[in-house]
Amino acid sequence: MIKQWFVWYSKKQQDKDTLKSPNMNFQFTEEQLMIQQAARDYAQRELIKDVIERDEKAIYPTEHIRNLSELGFLGMLVAPEYDGSGMDTISYVLAMEELSKVDSSIGVIISVNNSLVCYGIEKYGSEEQKQKFLKPLARGEVTGAFLLSEPGAGSDATSQQTTAIDMGDHYLVNGVKNWITNGNSASTYIVIAQTDREKGHRGINAIIVDRHSEGISLGPHENKMGMRSSDTHSVQFTDVKVPKENRIGEDGFGFKFAMKTLEGGRIGIASQALGIASGAYELAVKYAKERKTFGTEIINHQAIAFKLSDMATQIEAARFLCLKAAWLKDQGQAYGIASAMAKQYTADMAMQVTTEAVQIHGGYGYVKEYHVERLMRDAKLTQIYEGTSEIQKIVISRAIANGDI
Amino acid sequence: MAILVYIRNVAGTIKKQSLELSSYAHAMAEATNQEVIGIVIGEIDDSALSELGNYGMSQILKADNPNFNMRVNRVYTRIIEQAVLKTNAQYILFPDNNQGKAIAPRLSVRLQAGFVPQVLGLPSSYEPFHIEKRAFTGKALANIEVNTERIILSPILNSYGLNENKTELKIENFEPEIDEPESRLTILDKKVNTERINLLDADIVVSGGRGLKSAENFKLLEELATTLDGALACSRPVADDGWRPADEHVGQTGKIISPNIYFAVGISGAIQHVAGVSGSKCLVAINADPEAPIFDVADYGIVGDALKIVPELNEAFKQHLSDNQ
Amino acid sequence: MRLLVCISSVPDTTSKIKFTDDSSRFDDSGIQWVINPWDELALTRAIELKEDNTNPVTEVVVITIGTFQTEPTLRKCLAIGADKAVRIDIEPLDAYQTASQLAAYIKNEEFGFIICGIESGDYNEASVGGMLAELLDFVSVSSVSSVRFNKDQPIFQRDVANGKEELSVNGTAVLIVQKGFASVPKIPNMRGIMTARSKPLELIKASSSKSLIKFVNYHSPKEKEAVQMLESSDELVEKLSKEAKLI
Ligand SMILES: Cc1cc2nc3c(=O)[nH]c(=O)nc-3n(C[C@H](O)[C@H](O)[C@H](O)COP(=O)(O)OP(=O)(O)OC[C@H]3O[C@@H](n4cnc5c(N)ncnc54)[C@H](O)[C@@H]3O)c2cc1C
Ligand SMILES: Cc1cc2nc3c(=O)[nH]c(=O)nc-3n(C[C@H](O)[C@H](O)[C@H](O)COP(=O)(O)OP(=O)(O)OC[C@H]3O[C@@H](n4cnc5c(N)ncnc54)[C@H](O)[C@@H]3O)c2cc1C
Repeated sequence: MIKQWFVWYSKKQQDKDTLKSPNMNFQFTEEQLMIQQAARDYAQRELIKDVIERDEKAIYPTEHIRNLSELGFLGMLVAPEYDGSGMDTISYVLAMEELSKVDSSIGVIISVNNSLVCYGIEKYGSEEQKQKFLKPLARGEVTGAFLLSEPGAGSDATSQQTTAIDMGDHYLVNGVKNWITNGNSASTYIVIAQTDREKGHRGINAIIVDRHSEGISLGPHENKMGMRSSDTHSVQFTDVKVPKENRIGEDGFGFKFAMKTLEGGRIGIASQALGIASGAYELAVKYAKERKTFGTEIINHQAIAFKLSDMATQIEAARFLCLKAAWLKDQGQAYGIASAMAKQYTADMAMQVTTEAVQIHGGYGYVKEYHVERLMRDAKLTQIYEGTSEIQKIVISRAIANGDI
Repeated sequence: MAILVYIRNVAGTIKKQSLELSSYAHAMAEATNQEVIGIVIGEIDDSALSELGNYGMSQILKADNPNFNMRVNRVYTRIIEQAVLKTNAQYILFPDNNQGKAIAPRLSVRLQAGFVPQVLGLPSSYEPFHIEKRAFTGKALANIEVNTERIILSPILNSYGLNENKTELKIENFEPEIDEPESRLTILDKKVNTERINLLDADIVVSGGRGLKSAENFKLLEELATTLDGALACSRPVADDGWRPADEHVGQTGKIISPNIYFAVGISGAIQHVAGVSGSKCLVAINADPEAPIFDVADYGIVGDALKIVPELNEAFKQHLSDNQ
Repeated sequence: MRLLVCISSVPDTTSKIKFTDDSSRFDDSGIQWVINPWDELALTRAIELKEDNTNPVTEVVVITIGTFQTEPTLRKCLAIGADKAVRIDIEPLDAYQTASQLAAYIKNEEFGFIICGIESGDYNEASVGGMLAELLDFVSVSSVSSVRFNKDQPIFQRDVANGKEELSVNGTAVLIVQKGFASVPKIPNMRGIMTARSKPLELIKASSSKSLIKFVNYHSPKEKEAVQMLESSDELVEKLSKEAKLI
């Protein structure tokens, strides 16, 4: 049931001429570089301090999220008229990479907020929804969560068991959502639920739900392998009443909404994976230049040097996939396949690169103090959520079969 | 013609840096056939100055009007300017520290004299005048040419060393005329901290990093510093976390120092840290990690737990000092 | 009250420093330019002073002497929160030339005080602040570690041998600052980054001016000898006294 959707839209600030004369431009703008630097400074100066402790004890980074929202990262893609920072997707890739180099839990919190929740409301929500829900999200005063997966509906997102029954003036929501990032910390939920089972996926709706509504209860914080400082919960809905005006788009638009929104989400997760990989790579290079065995720095052993060479090249390739997808999105062109390619390649690459980074560190790599083992655990998740690597390949291969690419 | 040396007066005493500067001036004087003259400002006893005669200085101008005790850059500049004119000094030397940095540039403007700070070594030639200075935070040396009539230099502390040269020393009172006696600067309050040795003046600096693990453990470094009559310093994260006061932080964004011995204890040796201490004559690193980059820039290294080594070292120094008294 | 912060654009400390083949010039290809770290702290504090509404500070201006290459650095200052930037278009040859360009600009402007970092991370001259003060006959206060306001009067704290002094200055002061002036450099927020281009960046022609010293050429410091790894404290004491002769 997975199908590609072409999203055509254009963003306000864009220079329309670039569409007419597309050209290769590897030059970042000054603003993009400043955002990259700001993210790097915050990550290297602040996130690094307590990242190991937060991972170990699975502590949600409340303070950092507040600081990052003051800097504008939580709503960086939202237009200024809705209190966002109005940044382009290229900047988003650069920022996500820098933050995730140090702390990819921060990366996913920001990614879900920006590319799923804020983007979803900004692109498809009503004006009232934007005023009411998007503005505080964009200002970073509250965060959001995106509730699609269920115990029995992960890759197969069409088999939604959660229901949102039309009760005339409101929906009545029942069911369980699983694996919800920001499940506890978020105030604004976007919930995907089945209204009309007869209509299959065309009977699915996306509705905005206040996390503090009566009838919502959370499962425990999942005890995860990686990205332990992001809060992941299952969320149970028991007769939760949601106003009808909280539905995003027309009746039955929910599944299409989820798929379209996830296309952009993939750019966020791909960039997160990119950061995890380049963070591990940088640590590995540093270590390889310091560590001596058999009388020389290990970077002088070809087996290690070639690993670093492969890592550098793969990271560079992944970075271009991420930037290409971001660029297409900024240009208002279809980016669904590009973002699927970016996510699949980058996530798989991150897993490989982080594993090699641990290898280069030897025994030291296996202990927490050296950071690479955490990055390796974190990398694994990027191959799973927002569409597993297998699912991305389905998306890409269908496009090939259809002659779309 | 003469070489004029600015002698820093620290509450009626002089520092070793003035002896070093005099030694340096003496070497220049030998090459150019000139005399080394000192200028000292503020109240100070002749006896406190006599040591300079052992390092090649033959005359001192003493501007000891008590009005000059207060440090005002503008006034000091004018006093020194008059001393330059009186002695017809061709070269004027300042210590490369805060006071030198405050006065020398002003004097450079007044005399239209080229000023070269952070000098390393003696001039390589006098006609034309060529000398080397530190550049790019120690990552390079620049060869400087100066063609002005008078030239101002400030050599990096401890880079030249002491050189004894017994000379007959005359001390002479000097009464400059200052155009603006009442200062535009008002001192409102002064907090004196006499216990600690000023980091910038210290010959020996004991410095700790995150490897010390806690603020309490800095006691061990304090004890070592006391034994060696040295000052305490720290890396930036230590100051940021409030383990030590901010003014003890050395490095790219902290103080730049060049003591005779710098002990880097539990400091990894990040490039930004090393930028502040690379001028040290001898760098001793104590670190648990044999691969720590600090060992790449150190002269002597010991691998091990600082908490164990520092007390041992303190005892060893105590023993050495008492054996050699 | 308007404040002026003098900005130098320098290679990032982690940059590899290379020179042209004849070693007469710094080779700036591939160099990442940053705000000189001390200047960045000065700017951070100036902006904090402005943002605190109990202070009389109304505007923070940044100025640099340099070619168009320095403009990204100036825009970064605007992004961090400066209100206006000024660039005097000349590649300065030495500190004296830099200071005289600054003086020419400041002469016709009114500032509460002017802040310079202690030195710039490239040519390490540590002289611009002092020269500037002398050229304008301003009071210069060095080793300034903090600034606060007592009503409309700025009170400066400086480090002196063995302590700290608080002082005030009648007239315009040039502050020469180092660490402690602000704790960490301010990271620009996105609004700042997006508005940087819409803030004024004034371009001024250089007045003719001379330099006093000449950078002839450069070379790398000589390789230091490899570290001697020692086994014990006693051995270290022995080495420091007998070999290095420093104890
Ligand atoms: C920490 C964490 C945070 C998450 N955050 C969120 C969130 O905020 N919101 C949200 O809605 N969801 C979230 N998820 C859920 C995530 O998106 C799903 O786990 C993911 O889509 C996979 O679904 P599943 O776990 O049910 O696996 P399944 O779909 O059961 O897949 C199992 C395996 O089968 C493969 N597979 C499945 N179908 C096919 C096929 N047709 N062909 C080939 N292979 C196939 C998969 O690739 C996988 O390898 C999160 C998950 C985790 C672990
Ligand atoms: C723009 C910028 C400017 C900066 N400016 C400065 C600056 O001016 N000054 C500065 O210092 N830093 C500065 N830094 C920070 C710098 O990059 C380093 O982060 C910092 O110097 C590290 O401090 P450290 O060595 O104390 O800590 P770490 O890097 O954490 O090192 C601690 C060391 O202690 C060792 N250790 C641990 N336990 C023990 C033990 N029991 N016994 C012995 N050794 C032990 C470890 O092996 C390690 O080598 C700056 C950074 C940036 C980005």
